[in-house]
Amino acid sequence: MKVILLPLLMLLLAAPLLAAAPEEFDDPAKQARYDSMLREMRCLVCQNESLAESPAELARDLRREVARMIREDKPDAEIRAFLIERYGDYVLYRPPLRADTLALWLGPFVILLLALIGAAFYLRRRSRGHKETPLDPAERARLKRLLGEDETS
Amino acid sequence: MIPELGNLALSLALAVAVVLSLVPLAGSLRGNSAWMTVAHPASMVLLLLLMLAYACLSWAFVTHDFSVLYVANNSHTELPLVYRLTAVWGGHEGSLLLWLVMLGGWTVAVSVFSRALPGVFTARVLAVLGMVCLGFIAFTLFTSNPFERLFPAPAEGTDLNPLLQDPGMVIHPPLLYMGYVGFAVAYALAVAALIGGRLDSAWARWSRPWTTAAWLFLTAGIALGSWWAYYELGWGGWWFWDPVENASFLPWLVGTALIHSLAVTEKRGAFKVWTVLLAISAFALSLLGTFLVRSGVLTSVHAFATDPERGAFLLGFFVLAVGVPLLLYAWRAPRVRSVVSFDLFSRETLMLANNVFLVTAAAAVLLGTLYPLIMDALGQGRISVGPPYFEAVFVPLMLPLLLLVGLGHWVAWKRADAAALARQLWLAFTTAVAFSAILMLWLWGQAGLLVFVGLFMALWIVLSSGLAVFERLRRHGGWRGLRRIPGGFYGMHLAHVGVAVLVVGVTVVSTFETERHVRMMPGDTLEVSGYAFRFDGVREVAGPNFDAIEGVLHVERKGRYVTTLTPQKRYYRVQREPMTQASRHPRPWRDLFTALGEPLGGGAWTLRIHFKPMVHWIWAGAGLMVLGGLLAISDRRYRIRRRSGREGGEPA
Repeated sequence: MKVILLPLLMLLLAAPLLAAAPEEFDDPAKQARYDSMLREMRCLVCQNESLAESPAELARDLRREVARMIREDKPDAEIRAFLIERYGDYVLYRPPLRADTLALWLGPFVILLLALIGAAFYLRRRSRGHKETPLDPAERARLKRLLGEDETS
Repeated sequence: MIPELGNLALSLALAVAVVLSLVPLAGSLRGNSAWMTVAHPASMVLLLLLMLAYACLSWAFVTHDFSVLYVANNSHTELPLVYRLTAVWGGHEGSLLLWLVMLGGWTVAVSVFSRALPGVFTARVLAVLGMVCLGFIAFTLFTSNPFERLFPAPAEGTDLNPLLQDPGMVIHPPLLYMGYVGFAVAYALAVAALIGGRLDSAWARWSRPWTTAAWLFLTAGIALGSWWAYYELGWGGWWFWDPVENASFLPWLVGTALIHSLAVTEKRGAFKVWTVLLAISAFALSLLGTFLVRSGVLTSVHAFATDPERGAFLLGFFVLAVGVPLLLYAWRAPRVRSVVSFDLFSRETLMLANNVFLVTAAAAVLLGTLYPLIMDALGQGRISVGPPYFEAVFVPLMLPLLLLVGLGHWVAWKRADAAALARQLWLAFTTAVAFSAILMLWLWGQAGLLVFVGLFMALWIVLSSGLAVFERLRRHGGWRGLRRIPGGFYGMHLAHVGVAVLVVGVTVVSTFETERHVRMMPGDTLEVSGYAFRFDGVREVAGPNFDAIEGVLHVERKGRYVTTLTPQKRYYRVQREPMTQASRHPRPWRDLFTALGEPLGGGAWTLRIHFKPMVHWIWAGAGLMVLGGLLAISDRRYRIRRRSGREGGEPA
């Protein structure tokens, strides 16, 4: 057993050269800032993982950088600017609001607005048609049957 | 030999699919009933051939036939038998074959359970399913053949991705696929109805159980995927708005809208056009989900460029699958327009609102998922769209919807009485408000406003549904009436309560969880949310195809022993990749989650220790939704007899 595990142990024990202890802060406010900031940053070399969870080396370095700046009381905006300058917008999980992301940020609300307007027009036609065209007897019978079903629906 | 047999079976299946697509349809148009009845045996033969092909591929995995390229890429002699069998769908080609077997299964199910439907209609539905099958078999055979040989055969395979070697991952894809493929039935029913030019209540009634069945598989598949991500990926998250997750969430959102829209079409004959569009979209998004995930386009647009043949085929198939029904609709539109009308305050209006929010949410998720791809393709630079974006746009869309969940089922069809409604519901509403207000005062400053809104919504839904069941029982003569109430009624309320339970889980865990990422020496103790975790060092463990280092954590609460947790760092011998295996102590009210990080020298390790309150409620809620769906399809009203339900359906 030991023999099999030896290469594994070697590999894992070689890691301390790279590994760094997790960043911890005495001030809980700083810790919270650090934690929430990392969750909004992308690990650039991973497959869609945030800096908070990635074990990659680059993520570790960036964590250290962010921690250093938070210890130095740099404002969030400055830390973000620093990361964007080095790695581009790709590092941010919350895309910045710019001309080319306007459609992204406003899109859902424009869609909602259009859907609501469409629904309102539809409803207006439906409830007006209700008064204008009386049902013929066949439709009335069908309606009755449908309404009768409501009792058990 | 066996792989060639599989290839032959798949080729024969292609021929049968051609027959199934053309003969019954032609028969239905020319009134030739002999041609129409061909659909039933053809579906059966198609399924058998697809199952044979699937069995052949499985056989290649079981016998380590590395001369098959797909097996060599996804298996290894040390891979345990269970995972060799599930490795069949571990890659693109094999998962297509699984997709096909399921499509064949759904087709046969339609053929068996639709004997009571008009023969013309059934023939058309089966023909449309045959066409979908045809497209997929052609795609598999010509661009992604799982039986392709590798010469010379390697002595050893490159093993299955270690992430997929897990019980959760074994059942997650099949469930998801059952959901995706299930929407093909709702799609086929809609297209068949368009061909016939009749979008009536009967069509809606036939579509409902099939849609609900597909939806419940999809719900179970998504929930399982989230559960797997939670315990397997090692960082304690349960949803990351990853493109792959979104791809399965999109058909779910539209499918949920479809379930509600179908109810309106069945009961009231309204929203016909809208329902058809939703049925087509749900399936289109399922196609998108399958293709985009497996073809790798979501991780990089350039995946299409490396394999233009597949890309072109998929695009063509997608355009046909969506375009032809739309043309049919344009042709049939004058005949199918509904004439039903209703008051502004009625259940129809609320169902419309439900659809507005669900479809907008789907559009928002689609936008966020595709936007970075589009920007990249246009050379506008790379951006990331992650959880902060999706939470910002998704949550505001869901809040009004949750309010409607508690309200909608109380409001009468056609015309509702607001005053009567207020009399029935004021108590439930004020109770929910009062409860969340008290909670808010008690937890003042510890949590944001959204928490109370979330908990209010959940309580409102539960009270409203509970009251509805109580009222119904009272009207049906107490407990004796229990069995007289249709399953659909219970199913709906169970699913709605499931939504409430899920909302509670999401709200509580995202607000009150504690996540610590720390360095610990053997003997160190860390206090997290009242639990003391003592790190007792690491030990070595060997698995069948991996070696592992296992951390030992002794957990106490108020001086009393709780459990010993053993998170592992696994090292798979073939793929040479380290994997974290979390160790948890789950309880209904909380979960203790631990994962082993890296060694820091001198016996010290990094560890993730998380306290997750009520996290299991998320999956319990999804489970209730699935149960609700099961109850709904068991509704005896769907067991149609011959010559009934031609227009409005028989009275229940």
